[in-house]
Order: sequence, then structure tokens, then C-alpha cells
Amino acid sequence: MALRDITLGQYFPGRTILHRMDPRTKLLLTILYITALFLARWVVSYAVLIVVLAVMAAVSKVGLKAIVRGMKPVVVIILITALLNLFYTPGREIWRWGFLHITAEGVQTAIFMVFRILLLITCTFLLTYTTSPILLTDGLERLLGPLKKIRVPVHELAMIMSIALRFIPTLIEETDKIMSAQTARGADFDSGNLIQRAKALIPLLVPLFISAFRRADELAVAMECRCYHGGEGRTRLRVLKFQFFDCLALFLGAALVALIVALRRFGL
Amino acid sequence: MEPIIQTQKLSHIYSAGTPFERGALVEVDFTAYRGEYLGLIGRTGSGKSTLIQHLNGLLKPTGGKVLFEGKDIWANKETTRQTRFQVGLVFQYPEYQLFEETVYRDIAFGPKNMGLDGDEIDRRVRQAARFVGLGDDMLQQSPFALSGGQKRRVAIAGVIAMEPKVLILDEPTAGLDPVGVEQILGNIRDYQQAHNATIILVSHSMEEVARTVDRLVVVHDGHIPFQGTPREVFQHGGSLEDMGLGVPQMTRVFHRLRAMGVDIDPSVYTVSQAKEAVLNALAKKGAV
Repeated sequence: MALRDITLGQYFPGRTILHRMDPRTKLLLTILYITALFLARWVVSYAVLIVVLAVMAAVSKVGLKAIVRGMKPVVVIILITALLNLFYTPGREIWRWGFLHITAEGVQTAIFMVFRILLLITCTFLLTYTTSPILLTDGLERLLGPLKKIRVPVHELAMIMSIALRFIPTLIEETDKIMSAQTARGADFDSGNLIQRAKALIPLLVPLFISAFRRADELAVAMECRCYHGGEGRTRLRVLKFQFFDCLALFLGAALVALIVALRRFGL
Repeated sequence: MEPIIQTQKLSHIYSAGTPFERGALVEVDFTAYRGEYLGLIGRTGSGKSTLIQHLNGLLKPTGGKVLFEGKDIWANKETTRQTRFQVGLVFQYPEYQLFEETVYRDIAFGPKNMGLDGDEIDRRVRQAARFVGLGDDMLQQSPFALSGGQKRRVAIAGVIAMEPKVLILDEPTAGLDPVGVEQILGNIRDYQQAHNATIILVSHSMEEVARTVDRLVVVHDGHIPFQGTPREVFQHGGSLEDMGLGVPQMTRVFHRLRAMGVDIDPSVYTVSQAKEAVLNALAKKGAV
């Protein structure tokens, strides 16, 4: 069992410009980039977008290896998208075998689709790679702040999210421990048919649920002891502040969208 | 003495090939003998937990071998599984692994997995419950209705019921009151004597280990720097303190006395030994 090897959130601590940037800026930049990505129409636009992302990856010192590893879970989705586009796009036929046919337009869309998904994932990967989950939820809470006016419980949602993120590693560790303990008593989690396997999970799930509830209870008490009563009037240790650099970055982001829109006009 | 578990150049590296790569054990040669009461001490993160999880095949070595009664426990799948029944491992805070509806069924979980028949399971469950001092009336209760100390005993009984030849306990007394500590240590001693079993007690408390075990193994930074009788190990008082372990209070007092120029045997670690040493020293003085 290698549960401890699973990476979640993939945050890698660092001191690069991208790491130090305000999380709100990074969130907005991600949105701008994705907008540009969906407006891109032809090779030139895609080339611009690839170069921009490559520069950002280089600046944040993300290795190619890490990006490739981040792609692993979505390989299947990319393949299916590519195949569907390849076979089901109407247009000029260039190959046929039985009911299958490939069109020139299909090849084109499939290639662009694959690039679009790859860039989309790499871009969000960069965000989570350079931003700690806590900062990310902080940023999200501040960005969504105006929604409080229409009674969206933004603070509560952000709090739920940070607590959930905080406890994922704890629960994984706990699962690992209970699994080891039951394995030491001869429990077998990896063999047998589906029903046997499902049954084998009981000795794991019961203690896990009990401890999750116990932890929730303890956390609630601990929060009350520190006078937590929701977001009203709460001050922060780290106050998010926009720097000059953040404004510059946002300006460049907007410029990128404008550029792609312009290129789209010329069919590039 | 006849070795029962041995490790040969056992190494374990966590997360090999990633930035988090870390050697938890480095070419460790460790031996436990049949019937002995062995103490394993080391700080948090010293590698002692990693070591004990290798002894019953929960972790697979990244280098070296683990032998149980002379045979490689990773020879085939069945050997590994059988080793887990022969080498019982009680984790830290074992009460958090209870899951059954009744105490009886929880203790029976291990024996049932061994494929024993109903009568044998029943005998073992009742005997294990007796070893840890659980009355027959408790067997039909829900384990979740018990007190913390009682839960701990149910969990230990769950491992004892497999009647392992080697019983490894990771900090079995953590978080218990002094009476509970004595009871658990007594239960373990009873089991050792009844089955001529090997006990490996993992602890970071020198005081506790010093007065219970026959032999001590110190784990530090993935290595075993010292092993021997408590008396031998405590001679390295200074190095032990550098490792953040410290020696029993009694030993420390006597080391200090010695440093102050008193002619006294510094290798004591219990009160009764201390008394003897003091009397000896006084007798010597009187003779002069």
C-alpha cells in the first residue's frame, strides 16, 4: 500500500515571482488565460498561448516531469475527446473504413482540442503548484466577497474548503494506519471478488468514520475555545495586498486576451 | 540463544525518486531471540516504527532481508501472510482500530482470518481476554461503550488471540494512568511467560523500558548505535542524551555523583539497584 505517495493539491513551496504573487491575481490570471484559450482559433494564437505558458512554467521552476505527472489522470479524457472529434466531425472525407470515417476538419479539431485541454490543465496546475491551498481559499473568499451582499455564505464555504483540504492528508495517514493495523491481524484488502473486497473494507471504514467524527468534534470545540463565530469581524494574520507587480500581471493578462481577440479577427 | 527474527542489511527508503526521498533505515542488522523481552527505544522519526513494520511484513524492504525462524518472510505470498500471524503487532493507540459490534467478535477477527475452527477461536478469544483482564461479562458489550483503558486492552487481546510467537507493542502504555500502565505491562509479562513468547516493547521512555526489559536496542537516525543489557546501554549516557533520549533519573544521579568524585558504580537504573550501590560504596568507605 502506497497511500502516502499520493500527492494532493500538488503545492510545492518556493520563492519564485509566481509563488509570491497575490492568490487573487493568480486566480484572475487563470481565468483570463482560459478565456483566451477558448477564443483562440488558429495556429498562431495557440503558439502565443503555448509560449506564454512555457515562460510562466519556467519562471515558477516547475519541471516538465511534474507537469507530465499532473497529466496522468486526464490522459483517458484527452484520448476520448480526440477520438470523438476525429471520427464525428463532418466535412471533407479523407479516410473511410466501414462506418468509420475521418475528415480533414476532424483531424484539425482533434489536434486543437488536445492542445486546448493540455494547456487548460497545465495552467490550473501552475496555479495549484505555486499557491498553498490555504492562500487559494483565502483568495477565493476575497474574490467572491461581493456575493455576501446577496447572502451567499462565502466565508462559510471558504472555511469548509480549507478545513477539508487541511484534513485530507490527516485522513490519508489515518487510513494508512488502520489498514496496517488490520493487515497485521490478517485482513486482506487486495484479493477476492467484488463482494469479498467490499466486505473487507468494513474493518477499515468503521474506525475511519468514528475517528473522522471524533476529529470534527474536537476541532469544533477547539475553534469555539478560540472564540470562532463565523467570518464577522475576523482579522487575518496575513492580509492580502495587491502590489504594483500584481497590477502589471493583470494588465498583461488582459493584454493577452485582447491580442487573441485581435488574432481571431484576422482568422489566425 | 536462538534467534527468532533477524534483519540483514535492512534498508528502507521512502518516496524513492521524488524530492521527498528519505532513508528511514540504513543497512540495519537486528536480531531478536526466542523468549526474550526486548526494548526498542528511539526518538520520534528515528526509524523504530519503520523497523517494526518490517518485522511482520507490513512494509517491504527496499534493500536487505528479514528472516523469521531463518526463512525469508518475502519468499512467497503465503509465507508473508503466515508471518503476520506469527509476529503480532500492536500499533500505537490500538483502540482506534476497533470496529466490531461486540468485544468478542473484535478479538475473534484475527483468529478468524487465520482460518481456525469455531472451538479454537472461542478458546483463544476467552484466553486472550483473560490475559488482559477482561471479564466474561464484557465480551458481549460493544467495544465503543468501554473506557479508554479497556478499549486498549480489547485491542491488545485482538492480537494476543492469534497467539503470536513474537509480540511487538508500539508504546502500549501511551496516555494511560499509572495503574493502567502497570496492568498492561503485567499482562504482557504474563503472556510472555505463558507462551515463552518474544516481546518487543517500543518506547521512548527510558524509565519504563529500563525496569521491564532484558535487553535494549537503541535506534537513531536509521541505525542501531547501541544494544545490550540496560546496564551496558546506559553506560553511553552522554551519547544517549545527545540523541535526545536521556537515561533514567537514577542513572543520571549516579553519573553526576561519579563526576563529583564519589567512588560509586554508575551503571544503576532502578531504585533498588541504587540502594545496593550506595550501601556498597558506604561499606567500601567504612573499610578504608
